[in-house]
Amino acid sequence: MTRAIITVVGKDTVGIIAKVCTYLADNQINILDISQTIVQEFFNMMMIVDLTKSVKAFDVLSDELAEIGNNTGVQVKCQLEDIFDKMHRI
Amino acid sequence: MINLQEVIETNKMIEQENLDVRTITMGISLLDCADNDLKVTCDKIYKKITTLACDLVKTGEDISKEFGIPIVNKRISVTPISLVGSACCRTPGDYVQIAKTLDKAAKEVGVNFLGGYSAIVSKGMTKSDELLIRSIPMALACTTFICSSINVGSTKTGINMDAVRLMGDIIKQTAEETKEVDSLGCAKLVVLCNAPDDNPFMAGAFHGVSEADAIINVGVSGPGVVKYALEQIPDANFELLCETIKRTAFKITRVGQLVAQEASRRLGIPFGIIDLSLAPTPAVGDSVADILKCIGVEHPGAPGTTAALALLNDQVKKGGVMASSYVGGLSGAFIPVSEDQGMIDAVEAGALTLEKLESMTCVCSVGLDMIAIPGDTPATTIAGIIADESAIGMVNQKTTAVRIIPVVGKTVGDTVEFGGLLGYAPIMPVNTFSSQRFVDRGGRIPAPIHSFKN
Repeated sequence: MTRAIITVVGKDTVGIIAKVCTYLADNQINILDISQTIVQEFFNMMMIVDLTKSVKAFDVLSDELAEIGNNTGVQVKCQLEDIFDKMHRI
Repeated sequence: MINLQEVIETNKMIEQENLDVRTITMGISLLDCADNDLKVTCDKIYKKITTLACDLVKTGEDISKEFGIPIVNKRISVTPISLVGSACCRTPGDYVQIAKTLDKAAKEVGVNFLGGYSAIVSKGMTKSDELLIRSIPMALACTTFICSSINVGSTKTGINMDAVRLMGDIIKQTAEETKEVDSLGCAKLVVLCNAPDDNPFMAGAFHGVSEADAIINVGVSGPGVVKYALEQIPDANFELLCETIKRTAFKITRVGQLVAQEASRRLGIPFGIIDLSLAPTPAVGDSVADILKCIGVEHPGAPGTTAALALLNDQVKKGGVMASSYVGGLSGAFIPVSEDQGMIDAVEAGALTLEKLESMTCVCSVGLDMIAIPGDTPATTIAGIIADESAIGMVNQKTTAVRIIPVVGKTVGDTVEFGGLLGYAPIMPVNTFSSQRFVDRGGRIPAPIHSFKN
């Protein structure tokens, strides 16, 4: 299973989670976990997603998610889970 | 499962604290390219590099995008060219032809630098070593991507003072040949003692003869991350200070290890080593000097700086070693002047001198690095500086290096702008008393005794 972490950071906006989730559903990407918090008045959300059945290549997904973010005034990043796993787990 | 706080911490390191992977360096052996015909040798070199490294830059960019971590440089290191060209080069001009070939190959594959225009002359110089050394000024003047390094000594062999003396002249000539661009050629030329075979950092990278045919080495960085972690504990005692540096170094290095393994897997080339380094850049906040200030000295150069650097260097290694399966290269904190805004500030404030930098090199990675000195500094004085730095490396069984730039036409009070990652530097004063009689003696300094340590 190829897992990625999608983060959304920015000012809280109506419908941002809906937009990202719709995009993921349209591309056969399963959401495994969602959590969110407010840090210094900024909305921080992360999703752990399964890319195994994704119909799009990683770089396309990453660019399109960033674009959704740009259009909504938030930053959306998609990164493979390994970087976090390696850094925080021995 | 990874939690939100951990994700935020990692991304904050990348976005706000300048965490990056400084370089993926592909080491390539060119020993099998040696031929007694110069053109055949050049053709083989070009073909081998452009074949093996054709996907290096693309792979680096892919990894960078997928993990969301900047990979600043993609580089190549090759077998010391004095060995590759020994059968076919009869003049320094022949070696320059190889330099041009390497430059063309580097440009073709899109790497930032190619290192290995080098000779290992720690005990003696062969005819071909000397030809290569004499070709350096011209080679660096007519190429863009080539870096050159000469190893003039080691703990086991002593110091080749003939080579040290010659390098004094070569550095001066390189400065002269590249005077139109503030003697930039010297920024791509380093004189080493105890040079490692697997260093991924420029200008001293070369692919040693102890290495496999091709290898992936990775240099990590992240002084900004260490600085941020230390800012959170301004009054901590040394125990907590050291623990914090270790923990941070571990995290930084794990990212390097991941990138190295991915690059190795995707390129089908074995993983060599991670170089555990704190490598600064001129960007604000990406500074080793700032860490020293966080530890508690007003400016690098103040009394206590050497001790602060020693503990920093040691904790980086202790934290990093556990994070990587293979550690090598230079591994430690780098203290270049022009590439570190905090160091530049310290020089401009009058806190940091060449002599203090020399003592700092006793306890950290490498040596006198990216230091601009007056253009009229005699070659014998430069040779004296190289001899001192080599002696530190030889006696302390560590790598030391000298990368100084005698900027033609400039003197103390002037500044010089190299641009990009090389930064800018104020010209630093050099002790004006002569070392000529010492460096002109000829011969070599014997290897030190390895017992009776004091």
